[in-house]
Amino acid sequence: MKILGLLSLLATHLSANSVNIEENAGQFFSSGHTNNWAVLVCTSRFWFNYRHVANTLSVYRSVKRLGIPDSHIVLMLADDMACNHRNPKPATVFSHKNMELNVYGDDVEVDYRGYEVTVENFLRVLTGRLPPSTPRSKRLLSDDRSNILIYLTGHGGNGFLKFQDSEEISNVELADAFQQMWQKRRYNELLFIIDTCQGASMYERFYSPNLMALASSQVGEDSLSHQPDLAIGVHLMDRYTFYLLEFLEDIHPASKSNMNDLFKVCPKSQCVSTPGHRTDLFLRDPGSALITDFFGSVRKVEITMETVNLTDPIEQVEQNFVNEDLQKESYSYVDQLPVSEIIHQKPKQKDWHPPDGFILGLWTLILLVFFKTYGMKHLKHIF
Amino acid sequence: MVCAFNLCVIDQLLRGQLAALSIAVVVIVVGVPLWWKTTETYRAWLPVSQINELSNLQLQLSADVEVVFARGTVTPEQQKKVPLTRTQDEEHSVDEDTALRYRYETRYRTATIMEEDALDQPTAAEADLSLHTLSECPCGSLVVYVIPESSSLLPQDVDVYIGQRRTALLRIGGQIRVGKTLDLLLAHLEPRIKQVLQVMSFSHTDITAALSDRVRLSPGNKESIADSMRTFKSSPGYEITFSLLNPDPKSHRLHWDIEGAVQTYIQPLLTKLASVANFSIDSQTLYYAMLGVNPRFDSSLGAYTLSPDSLAHMINPVEARLGSNAASSNPVLNFLLYVPDAQHSPLHIHDSKKQEVPTNAFHSPRWGGIMVYNVDGFYGPEAVFPVDLNINMAKVMGVFLAQLRLLLGVQSPNAPSGFLVAPCSRTGLADWELDRLMWSRSVENVATATTTITSLAQLLDQIGNIVINDNIAEQVSSAVTSLQLAVAELEAGNLRFALQYSKEAILASERAFFDPSLLHLLYFPDDQKFAIYIPLFLPMCVPILLSLLKIVSDARQKRREKQAKKD
Repeated sequence: MKILGLLSLLATHLSANSVNIEENAGQFFSSGHTNNWAVLVCTSRFWFNYRHVANTLSVYRSVKRLGIPDSHIVLMLADDMACNHRNPKPATVFSHKNMELNVYGDDVEVDYRGYEVTVENFLRVLTGRLPPSTPRSKRLLSDDRSNILIYLTGHGGNGFLKFQDSEEISNVELADAFQQMWQKRRYNELLFIIDTCQGASMYERFYSPNLMALASSQVGEDSLSHQPDLAIGVHLMDRYTFYLLEFLEDIHPASKSNMNDLFKVCPKSQCVSTPGHRTDLFLRDPGSALITDFFGSVRKVEITMETVNLTDPIEQVEQNFVNEDLQKESYSYVDQLPVSEIIHQKPKQKDWHPPDGFILGLWTLILLVFFKTYGMKHLKHIF
Repeated sequence: MVCAFNLCVIDQLLRGQLAALSIAVVVIVVGVPLWWKTTETYRAWLPVSQINELSNLQLQLSADVEVVFARGTVTPEQQKKVPLTRTQDEEHSVDEDTALRYRYETRYRTATIMEEDALDQPTAAEADLSLHTLSECPCGSLVVYVIPESSSLLPQDVDVYIGQRRTALLRIGGQIRVGKTLDLLLAHLEPRIKQVLQVMSFSHTDITAALSDRVRLSPGNKESIADSMRTFKSSPGYEITFSLLNPDPKSHRLHWDIEGAVQTYIQPLLTKLASVANFSIDSQTLYYAMLGVNPRFDSSLGAYTLSPDSLAHMINPVEARLGSNAASSNPVLNFLLYVPDAQHSPLHIHDSKKQEVPTNAFHSPRWGGIMVYNVDGFYGPEAVFPVDLNINMAKVMGVFLAQLRLLLGVQSPNAPSGFLVAPCSRTGLADWELDRLMWSRSVENVATATTTITSLAQLLDQIGNIVINDNIAEQVSSAVTSLQLAVAELEAGNLRFALQYSKEAILASERAFFDPSLLHLLYFPDDQKFAIYIPLFLPMCVPILLSLLKIVSDARQKRREKQAKKD
């Protein structure tokens, strides 16, 4: 009896193991991607938009922790909160009011900073139409087997997202950019997360296949911020991203949570706004898409079974030491700046400008008062 | 002015009407065309009709096969009827826009005296070698030598031997007696030669996989998906980086002659592949680079082991430290050689069946490969640390070369049973493998370039106010010309030229598509357009329209008065 029980246990264990191996082999083929990219954008500047930078940095931190290397992350921050003059704790960006989690860390690598974060640069990164002088770290070098995560945060409205307080990107432009990415096969699957007011309007116009979108609020709703910190003096995070970060902290590279869990993050009771998602363009079932398919970078590996039999000895690479000595060039310093001339320069002749608006206004006032008191008939004597 | 009141008023009225009319004329004749011209975006001419033609792709691939009958396979009467030439066409329709046609031109002839001497060699490998010296087979074609069944060149269970250049030895089957007619003989040989062609030239699955940019097919079987996911996409250049990871410099002082090894073992392969892509190689040594996983100690083997599940997590912690060439955007192949630290030596990789992997290496699709090299056998426990160690580059490069072949897509699929494939030559690449690669690369390039050009034309058509500069039009025209030439060369069977033209086509089309000036930031919704133009044009047009209306109503009134006067 006992032996029978043990045998059956062993049999089930073995079959479970083989199923596991099959499953793992199946994983290789189910998602169809071989590398992961992330484009994380914070679009607002000024100190009171601290929370948007903290949002983006918390997603950056999760994505790095789950395995995506810096070379595959394009991080765009419109303003520098860590080194802002008003930051009472310099070189830190906190996400929780007790200053528990410093999302800035020691090795953050910002690719587009400050005024480089514009609608034009964002669209150039997505479509790949960058000038040839752009370095590798500022490019999105994805191919047809890349899963891309795109995270946008800032101030938005119905159908647009505000960049840098002076320009906007509309949902039509974003949808067209994704279509161009699809045409050139620049992604395998794309996850789009947006945390702004009326965020759901930004994914309404998507029409390219294999896109999944999440937003923090529906059209007509505002996304609210989480808590202010009294020492720093501003709100630290937005609600949706705060709960998203909490959810992601529980994910590790081998985790099997899927997208349906992600949709449940921040229900209305916690978020006050209603998060929305869109999966009709996504070809797979969202339940079969793992969180680590987008947020992490789990590599597929294959054991190398073959080897090439090499029998030739190594040729000696000839060293030309003599020639090297002869080719040594003599180096010299570049001409130094003529500092003394600059210091003792005479002041430049300033060009004449017409009088300023204030002066003009003042003279107009004087003239008006004069003619009011002394009457219009004197006008023809003046002119 | 001294004039009678009525005349002055009428004169002024006429002058007013003339003024209004002339302003209206100037606005319409000069103003409107001027505004139209100056707000027009410059769009250079594109060969749209040719691009639309290209969107419907009809590819024809031609392969030349020469079938040589050795002595003993054909009777003397049959020998007189041979030589002859046959052409075979096979049509496949991939989807509504893409059609493929394979043309096989087979020439039959009998062997010359020198070839008979070459086939008299004791083994197939030697026969292959001497056959090479006799004739040079052009790129993209094959020679199949049909040898009698009694020949001792091939072992018992092997029917086909595939050589290192472009030759194959085919043993005639036992079923066919030599006395039968020529037609039966040819009919028997045809399917077998086609099998050889599918291994050595192109097969339908390879070509449809190469067309994956154009045609999103539902995946066939698991091997083909894995193959397409593993190989790098066609690119004009690749960067190869060899890295030596030494986590324990206090114990091991490692020396590897990477320059010599690359020159001897890797460079010949890359030189042979020069027509396919440019390669740039660099190497580096990383110290204190740890694995991200903890290997388990297996006391039965006395070694540390890595299970296949943990392999996936090894790459990410190291990748951050690898670095890459900032100036180029070419795909990078990383080959890492990891020497375990003294505490965790020896380290073996186990496969899913818990057996040791002989190569001790694994690779990741579209990324590169990692090999674990154990050095604990080279020194005893009494050694003085750090120990100077020379790495056996031949063994290491053998594994890296195999991984490189896999990642570049050179590796041939599993040959059918009864086939014997010659082992890799010194360069690591057989000529027919190069041909296979060239076929699939040409088709892939042509497919990608056509999709790029057609989608670019569609995009420029849809968005009316993107500026099309002259250089973009030039690139598009040159891409179209190169594509047409590439398709023509593929039809004619000139593989080398086809590949060259296809590469030019891809370069030109990518340059045109990714030109920085084609940024579409010009989305104007209709209400914004009205908001801009109304304040400019309305204040100007309203007086003109009103005065024209006044002129018309005045003229009508005058005519009515004249009518009244007449009556």
